[in-house]
Amino acid sequence: MTEPLFSLDFCGTAVVTDDGRIVSYVELRQLAEDWAAKVPARALVFLLVGNNLDSLVAYVACLNHGIVPLMLDARIDAALLQRFIEIYRPDFIWRPSEGGYVLEPRNTPNGDTSVSCVSCISWFENNKLHPDLALLLTTSGSTGSPKLVRQSYANIRANTASIVEYLKLDATERPITTLPMNYTYGLSIINTHLSVGATILLTDKTLMQREFWNFFTAQQATSFGGVPYTYEMLDKLMFFRRKLPSLRTMTQAGGKILPELHRKFAEYAQREGKNFVVMYGQCEATARMSYLPPERALDKVGSMGIAIPGGRFELVGESRSGGVGELVYYGDNVTLGYAECAEDLAKGDERHGRLETGDMARVDDEGFYYIVGRKKRFLKIFGNRVNLDETERLIKGQFRDLDCACGGVDDKMRIFITDQTQVQAVRDFVAEKTHLNFTAFDVQFLATIPKNASGKTLYSELP
Amino acid sequence: MNNTEKYTQAFMDAFSIDAETAKTLKFQQIPAWDSVGHMGLVAQLEEQFGIMMEPDDIVDLNSYDKGREMLASKYGVDFSA
Repeated sequence: MTEPLFSLDFCGTAVVTDDGRIVSYVELRQLAEDWAAKVPARALVFLLVGNNLDSLVAYVACLNHGIVPLMLDARIDAALLQRFIEIYRPDFIWRPSEGGYVLEPRNTPNGDTSVSCVSCISWFENNKLHPDLALLLTTSGSTGSPKLVRQSYANIRANTASIVEYLKLDATERPITTLPMNYTYGLSIINTHLSVGATILLTDKTLMQREFWNFFTAQQATSFGGVPYTYEMLDKLMFFRRKLPSLRTMTQAGGKILPELHRKFAEYAQREGKNFVVMYGQCEATARMSYLPPERALDKVGSMGIAIPGGRFELVGESRSGGVGELVYYGDNVTLGYAECAEDLAKGDERHGRLETGDMARVDDEGFYYIVGRKKRFLKIFGNRVNLDETERLIKGQFRDLDCACGGVDDKMRIFITDQTQVQAVRDFVAEKTHLNFTAFDVQFLATIPKNASGKTLYSELP
Repeated sequence: MNNTEKYTQAFMDAFSIDAETAKTLKFQQIPAWDSVGHMGLVAQLEEQFGIMMEPDDIVDLNSYDKGREMLASKYGVDFSA
């Protein structure tokens, strides 16, 4: 790594927290340096994060000092965290405890757990981390899959620069957090705004809370991001009636928004002189791959737009002009690849700037792309990717005596099980494991799961 | 069912909990009462009492007690029976 990822070379305010803490860029740089002084470069650290200052400082410290973080939700299921620890063997864990965040050494020489012992840097087996590796993120809202995405410094720089360019971000922006920091979209909002010297309004409150809106208004937020479900909630809250003069931009990603809602928010934005920007991305492409320029939001309802600056798309297997093909993306933000075990963290670039997205798309005659389906069996639930086959395995692993099949649509998974007595138990189990609200899972009894001669589930024959 | 029972039932259905848990509940106290669950609770209350809640009230509804007080004072729900 040649220079810190974030220059932090600004004179303004970097962060305002919802409990009233105001942190300048000068102070943030100092806090990050103090944090990094306790951890050697190229150490692997699990950051258990929320939208709070302790999480942000640790993240900035890692990225600026060659420390590699795996970003995890602070409320992660204990069994899942244990699994990540066993597989990836972190050197440290940064976690909230009763008196505030603590840095817990895990993987130190001779079992010594004192922080001072980190000076024995040469011991760290994680010196095996590939030099390009900057950051690790999980691939989904987690059905327990320990699969990680490996992002490089160059990936983050490239994606940050192009997002800053197309959203025209500058130091006057004041984004309010609405998405978790361990989620690629939430993290990209932090990366892009820190890179231009903007002020991040940091809160763990949700838009269903009075405190969120008070903070929004008092601190003059200029933008927020949301997944499709966020916009459904805003619609229910009669967002259009709210007077929010400071608001400039609303961005949307994390799944395809319903065309009616897209139109509604685009119309509101046009009427009120604000921008509504639909975007498309994946963790595997650092964060963003496309955006719908806000001035086209109304005449391209349902579209995910065009490739971001520096990127391009191709449809593979396209039958004819206007036909549907798998969306393939090319750009410097295409990440190095996946990791499934600690040894994979030593790997370099395996994708070489080309990503098969797994989404099926078509393109119109002006070059705007539309997602029409998926090649792989997964759903987006409240913006989180949930793999249907993994969910089936998870259920069968827990409930040994039943058969099951998962299908459904985004934000509503349908789960068919062959044991009538377990309907509620299965629903609660899947909700607990995925950390998603149970109302997203519709569990139904079915006497037998339809299968073909070789035992494969016939999903098209499910009711 | 009287109105208190109907009100409690809305919480029980929205969060899949028993009446005892419902009666002391606060926002985010259980995983089911997150922002998604909140939408479900509002839908249940609106259906049970045939009302349309104001956005300001939706974001103020942060506990079982608070909601009850709000329904009584602003939506004319009588809990005395």
